[in-house]
Amino acid sequence: MNTLLEVSGVSVTFDGFRAINNLSFQIGEVELRAVIGPNGAGKTTFMDIITGKTRPDEGRVIWGEKSLSLLGLSEAKIAQAGIGRKFQKPTVFEDQTVHENLLMALQNKRGWLHVLFYRTSTDDLQKVEELAVEIGLHQDLSRKAGELSHGQKQWLEIGMLLAQEPRLLLVDEPAAGMTPQEREHTTDLLLQAARTRAVVVVEHDMEFVRRLNCKVTVLHEGSVLAEGSLDHVTSNQDVIDVYLGR
Amino acid sequence: MERSFISKNPSVLVFLAILSLFTLSVTILSEGFGVGVISTSFVKTLGKTLCLCLIAVAMDLVWGFTGILSLGHFAFFGLGGYMIGMWLMYERTRLIVVDSLAQAEIPPTSAEVVDAIATQVFGVVGSSEFPLIWAFSHSLTLQLVLVVLVPGLLALIFGWLAFRSRVTGVYLSILTQAMTLALALYLFQNDSGLRGNNGLSGLQNLPGVTTSQDVVSIWFLWASALALGLGYMLAAWIVSGKFGSVIRGIRDNEARVRFLGYSVEVYKLAVFTLTACIAAIAGALYYPQAGIINPEEMAPIASIYLAVWVAIGGRGRLYGAVIGAAFVSLLSTWFTGGQAPDISLGFYTIKWVDWWQVLLGVTFVLVTLFAPQGIGGLFDLWTDRRHPDRHGANLGPDDGALREKEAME
Amino acid sequence: MLRLLLAGLAILCACLTANAQETGLQPILQEHQEIIAKSSRKTIGPAIDAIASSGLPQAQVMLETWAAKNVWMRKSDGLFFAGQKAEGRSYELTDFDTGEVVGTFEKSDLKQLKPNSGVRAMIGTALVQFQLTDPSRAKRLAALRSIQRDPEGALLDPLRASIPDEPDADLKAQKQRLERLLTIGHDADTAARVAAIEEMSGDLGVDMRAALNPLVVTKRQAAEVLPDDANVAVVLEPGSDALPKDVAYDLLVARDFAAPQVSPEDIRAALAENIEGGRVGGIPVAQLNTDTARAQAYAALAAAGTVPALVTQADVDAALDAHVFFETYAEPSPEVTAAAAKALEAIELKVGLNQTLDLTLDAISLASIYFLAAIGLAITFGVMGVINMAHGEFIMMGAYTGYVVQQFIPDHTLSIIVAIPMAFAVTFAMGVAMERLVIRWLYARPLETLLATFGISIALQQLAKNVFGTQARPLTAPGWLDGAWVLNDVVSISYIRIAIFVLAMIFLGLFLYIMKRTRLGLEMRAVTQNPRMAGSMGINPGRVNMLTFGLGSGIAGIAGVAIGLFAKVTSDLGNDYIVQSFMTVVVGGVGNIWGALAGAGMIGFLQKGIEWMNPSNTLAAQTYMIIFIIIFIQFRPRGIIALKGRAAGD
Repeated sequence: MNTLLEVSGVSVTFDGFRAINNLSFQIGEVELRAVIGPNGAGKTTFMDIITGKTRPDEGRVIWGEKSLSLLGLSEAKIAQAGIGRKFQKPTVFEDQTVHENLLMALQNKRGWLHVLFYRTSTDDLQKVEELAVEIGLHQDLSRKAGELSHGQKQWLEIGMLLAQEPRLLLVDEPAAGMTPQEREHTTDLLLQAARTRAVVVVEHDMEFVRRLNCKVTVLHEGSVLAEGSLDHVTSNQDVIDVYLGR
Repeated sequence: MERSFISKNPSVLVFLAILSLFTLSVTILSEGFGVGVISTSFVKTLGKTLCLCLIAVAMDLVWGFTGILSLGHFAFFGLGGYMIGMWLMYERTRLIVVDSLAQAEIPPTSAEVVDAIATQVFGVVGSSEFPLIWAFSHSLTLQLVLVVLVPGLLALIFGWLAFRSRVTGVYLSILTQAMTLALALYLFQNDSGLRGNNGLSGLQNLPGVTTSQDVVSIWFLWASALALGLGYMLAAWIVSGKFGSVIRGIRDNEARVRFLGYSVEVYKLAVFTLTACIAAIAGALYYPQAGIINPEEMAPIASIYLAVWVAIGGRGRLYGAVIGAAFVSLLSTWFTGGQAPDISLGFYTIKWVDWWQVLLGVTFVLVTLFAPQGIGGLFDLWTDRRHPDRHGANLGPDDGALREKEAME
Repeated sequence: MLRLLLAGLAILCACLTANAQETGLQPILQEHQEIIAKSSRKTIGPAIDAIASSGLPQAQVMLETWAAKNVWMRKSDGLFFAGQKAEGRSYELTDFDTGEVVGTFEKSDLKQLKPNSGVRAMIGTALVQFQLTDPSRAKRLAALRSIQRDPEGALLDPLRASIPDEPDADLKAQKQRLERLLTIGHDADTAARVAAIEEMSGDLGVDMRAALNPLVVTKRQAAEVLPDDANVAVVLEPGSDALPKDVAYDLLVARDFAAPQVSPEDIRAALAENIEGGRVGGIPVAQLNTDTARAQAYAALAAAGTVPALVTQADVDAALDAHVFFETYAEPSPEVTAAAAKALEAIELKVGLNQTLDLTLDAISLASIYFLAAIGLAITFGVMGVINMAHGEFIMMGAYTGYVVQQFIPDHTLSIIVAIPMAFAVTFAMGVAMERLVIRWLYARPLETLLATFGISIALQQLAKNVFGTQARPLTAPGWLDGAWVLNDVVSISYIRIAIFVLAMIFLGLFLYIMKRTRLGLEMRAVTQNPRMAGSMGINPGRVNMLTFGLGSGIAGIAGVAIGLFAKVTSDLGNDYIVQSFMTVVVGGVGNIWGALAGAGMIGFLQKGIEWMNPSNTLAAQTYMIIFIIIFIQFRPRGIIALKGRAAGD
């Protein structure tokens, strides 16, 4: 299995507080991974570093078969390289329709001139329709995203991520605030996505992680505490001490 | 799903129809081409108002749609005016100079003509030589190119500096205000090459045109209406497509757009520069109707008024900007021109010349507080639109994001 | 020339002194009878000198009487007397030597000496030597001042003579200083002058530079060969930066060493004069609209001899080659000029250092004004994240409050003491009202706050205009703030500016005290960092915001009083400070009082620095400053003192 993303020896300090401490992590091209850890373990900062929002003080972030360094690239460039990110809170463009939201996310040229003279092709329309069906929003294409329910917004955001056709998906707490049925749908979506690409899910909810049935990485105080199957890590004494034991 | 631009934007047709009707009726009622009900000076006021509507459209594009509260667009407006003013002034002075030199016994050389023009133009600031920036002032074509090029370039450089360092929100507004102030202060100097606080004058006289101002004013009205129509269509086309989708996304949640892979800075820069060019064109049409331009016009306060118009009209919708600019600027002319009747309270008489500013200021606060959709919001009542119910939450976390009260379905 | 003559006469007269003492003043007067009677400025010199150097005590009285136009000449014998108007048209005459009344005479028998102002000035100069030793200190001081105003070589000896007997130590020092300066300019002995220059080298006084500068004044000259006797400062090469060719040629023309060049205007005029049948020099007039055609026509005219020939570039070069160009000192002695140039150089260096110090003081005072103006904004913008466009209007309201208070309390010191808390109270109340009525509804919408406060700003400005009118209102500083603290002739700073600096420091201290030591400060910091958390800890964020805003506004009001003391109080006073205040906060960094201080310091120094480089143009200075700030933001987008960490990114 080829490595898609390799993070090694990364550290970040905020005003003296070490949020990430010598963290190393890697993920293959087609893989589903869950990242768990208590509050303040550095999960969000970890994502910030990969997506270029935060610059680490030291360490390397290497991407793809060309071993491209992601450090120093802008957020937009990293996203164009094939990393999609879903935020904890659903962030869709509420003033715009579901259709517009999906169309904006669709894998196309991102240059401003291309976008200015962009004419919607039948192909793209087809893709949007398909995605809408996949996330269960094909009835709501012309509705404003602001009117959707919380769960629908989460799906729309996942749909937008899929539209980007990323090679790596970073998903931050997708199941927060969802009904059990909605969770099930979300799980299906993520499992489906992980068949063709790498997916990293940050989640608190053990039940949800168990349902994903994948390799788990436990973060604690900014570095990796344990890695392996859920059963493996839950039986690890360190993990029990810092996380599950309390 | 895919429909034509016009069918997606019926409001553009309505707007164009109203604009044509307006232009036609003013022409018919004017002194130059019609029955003479409307005085020439009022025709000029209307023509200038159309230019102000055009810059308001530009402002709405940059603020209402992209979320950049620029307090510098009147600087671009003024620069556009200066660029066309340079040619008007040069050419008109040249005609006068050539006329007077023809009386001399020896015919003048071309260098003598240029020197004489320079003495005429710059005598007022104690100079008799053309500064370098007037190098192209002899050519209408080049000066017309400069109308767009100079403000566009300034916007490009400033925008590049500002956006690449991720200055946003209030910071950016203050920075644009500082830019405007710097430009105005620079132009106030006598050795700026643009006649200091004297500015450029006599711009209403088109060189070589002997037709009366009654007719010229109508020409300019037509040109302004045409520019407004084209500018409105361009703006409507931009915001209706995917580009519009992206810039509205930037307004409401800049970070999210970035993570979608769009280079937010480039988009902002494109909109900023494009609107600066539109503003410059509006200025180039405005000042020949006003007749005079001086650095006072570019003071930061003018750009803030521009924001006031757009806010009162309703930001985030193009017709709102046009209505706001037309309504407030015409009302302002009416009040400050002394035409509004004074109100006698017995113990004190309210003279509107003195109190209009107070009224405007207070109205503005009230609009911001209670009617963030501005006048445009009235159309929602009429068309019975609904707002998305967000239980009080706003539509996006960014400074420029639309707020719940402003958004419409 | 005249000076030499005077010096010579002085020596001559000194020799005569001995026998003059025996015979009295009248013989001396009679010796110069003719020119005294005429009293013309051109000729009177020797007579005044003779009187002044007679050494007679009555000479001073005579000169004073003369200057007062009270000297009369008896027509019958030509003798001079002091005259006093008696009854009718008659005058009572008194002899100068004896002091006795000689009798009363009809006006027709007498001739009054009426010295004009030029002569009176010369008499005044002559009187100085008497005044220098006058028993009254005030008169001696006046005499010194008169010499300082108009230093003259003739006064050097009397000045020197008066030094040893001077009883007043301060005056003695002044006299000695003046003696040195006079020596530099006017002593006959070159060595003494050089010694004096070297002794005074490095002195910062303006009078010292005034004494040295005339010595190094040069005049540009041209000659065929370099003269031997002249004190040449520098030889100039035509065509160099110091002496462009055309300037050099003009110099030759001015000395009649070369023929003047024919200017294009001259050509044009010459052509216009020589039109014959629509042609000039065979070329049709209509074709004379290029320089080449005109040159041809002129050449034709010149060939015919009607106009002088053109001076060609070759002629110019030849003329320049044939002459040397140089600058000579007006002062003939090379030792003196060399010493003076060296001394001036040393002084320039010291003056430069002192000017830097002066500039630094200026910059500090400007920085304290900006700091005062910005501190309120730093509080509202920094602590609350609210931009207050009406901040400038609060400054204006503070200034007007000061003005109104002065209308009721005429004593300026007391009125300022009352005005400061009054201004705070008024603007505090306005700030609280504004926060409660407008700003608190807009906390999540910073851009809307900006626009709403702008609305308030234009309304307040117009209200002030309606109430106080458009003309500037005075806010007068108390008398003890007038004047300036003068360190030397270069460095000085006005007391008002010192007071403003002190005020700024007091506010810095006060702000730090409030933030670090009081309950309000603690709550303010808590609300700044996390309003929700602060709310759940029992702090009322609404109340804290209200007080914060009031505090910021109140300080703006006090700044208004301070600014009003040196600027004109008008309704748009605030406009002058608002952008600078914003810049101060932005450059300094938000949310930190030290940031505001650093920002004010940077902008103050920057503005003064740019003004110093381009002193004629304060508008350009502001332009460049703003451009610099825009570029500065590139490198430190969050200001000099920036918040770091994850919080800063949100």
